[in-house]
Amino acid sequence: MKKSLYIAAKDLRSEFRTKQMLNSMLIFSLIVMVIFSISFGDVLGQTELVGKLAPGVLWVAFTFAGTLGLSRSFAGEMENGCLEGLKLSPIDRSSIYIGKTISNVLLMFIVELLTIPIFIVLFNYNISGIPGLALVIFLGTFGFVSVGTLLSALSASTRAREIMLPVLLLPLIIPVIIPAVMATGTILADGSIGDISSELRLLIVYDLIFFVVGQLVFEYTVMD
Amino acid sequence: MDSIISLTGLSKSFGRRKALNNIDLVIGKGEFVAIFGPNGAGKTTLLKIMSTIIEPTKGNVLINGIDSKKDPSKIRGMIGAISHETYLYDELTARENLEFFAHMYDIDKDHIDDRIDDILKNVNLFQRADERAGSFSRGMKQRLSIARALLHQPSILLMDEPYTGLDQHAAANFERVLMGTGNSDVTRIMITHNIERAFELCDRMLIMDRGELRFDKLKTDIESVEEFKEQYLSIVEKDTDAEGISNF
Repeated sequence: MKKSLYIAAKDLRSEFRTKQMLNSMLIFSLIVMVIFSISFGDVLGQTELVGKLAPGVLWVAFTFAGTLGLSRSFAGEMENGCLEGLKLSPIDRSSIYIGKTISNVLLMFIVELLTIPIFIVLFNYNISGIPGLALVIFLGTFGFVSVGTLLSALSASTRAREIMLPVLLLPLIIPVIIPAVMATGTILADGSIGDISSELRLLIVYDLIFFVVGQLVFEYTVMD
Repeated sequence: MDSIISLTGLSKSFGRRKALNNIDLVIGKGEFVAIFGPNGAGKTTLLKIMSTIIEPTKGNVLINGIDSKKDPSKIRGMIGAISHETYLYDELTARENLEFFAHMYDIDKDHIDDRIDDILKNVNLFQRADERAGSFSRGMKQRLSIARALLHQPSILLMDEPYTGLDQHAAANFERVLMGTGNSDVTRIMITHNIERAFELCDRMLIMDRGELRFDKLKTDIESVEEFKEQYLSIVEKDTDAEGISNF
């Protein structure tokens, strides 16, 4: 676990210096928000209607911005043969997966933290139930990144990696996106955490399964 | 001489293509071995198997008495690797790169700073320690790459075409650093196409072709670099001729 944290710290340090992933994710999120706010200009300020749109708008932004970021997640490791350098060191392959997952989750949280205020301003909307929403976003993001990190490693060594990642990722994240969108909708409609217990259970099970499977199969995705 | 690397009946196939075919090789502690061969001869595959990055299809690998299938992680801890790839993160400084790998190699936290200072001085990069690796010249990156490989004081150093991209001056610098760092007990194995330089540095010369070990002699048993070049050409050209006939 300690080595995973060093890997995550190294990734975050590199990212904060170049901001390659963060910038592209944030700009994408902003564009999505602006386009949706223009498209749904008629309903801006109408709390009930915006509340119905909000889960879809937010998760579209999170998912596609996340996919964009994940496609760069292993790009840095492919430069200068760094992934091989990591594989040569006496660490468990799963430590690389865990480290990458931690850094990707943290980067997505930053994007999400900045996207939500943009949504609030552009849609003139007041978000209620912040703790419940934070829990849903955390579980949804963790599940998304657990699968995404694995597939990012898998597609990193292929020629058409930019195309390969979304093609592989999007069908696999449907089971995490559906409960996340439904739970977000319930929370924004003043629901309590108790009202989304079935969605939370689904998210937790999905997260656990893919995080464990990711650790087990990661070795094979980075094998020569 | 005690052996540190022992390969027995080693074969490796990628699908239907055989990259290595029944290699038997013993390398002693402290030996400096050069491996030559045309592209696709299986040299890099052999080094990757020694470093436990890939598993052989058949055969056994013993590194310092440890079976590579049983404890690959322990073996990786004994090995330092230098390649034409630097394995360095361009966005991190020289010191940050070494700190990161020091953590990966479990170097005692209390000694990391001293060790990094020492090794950066050895490779003449101490003054540039806080500059990003991405801003370094190819020669400087290769010296930092040596520092990274020797940081954990490995007993085996594997080098895969380390001269790639280096000019004459940088290559000479690389050799100076290579021979000046680490202790004489370090076993060095180098893949290269540079026969003259390797003949100067190494104790033992191997030639591989088409996944087989075709030549294995101590330098003292070879009269001159010219004789070795002739041997090399006769092995490689004979096989090329044979391939031409079989293809025809």
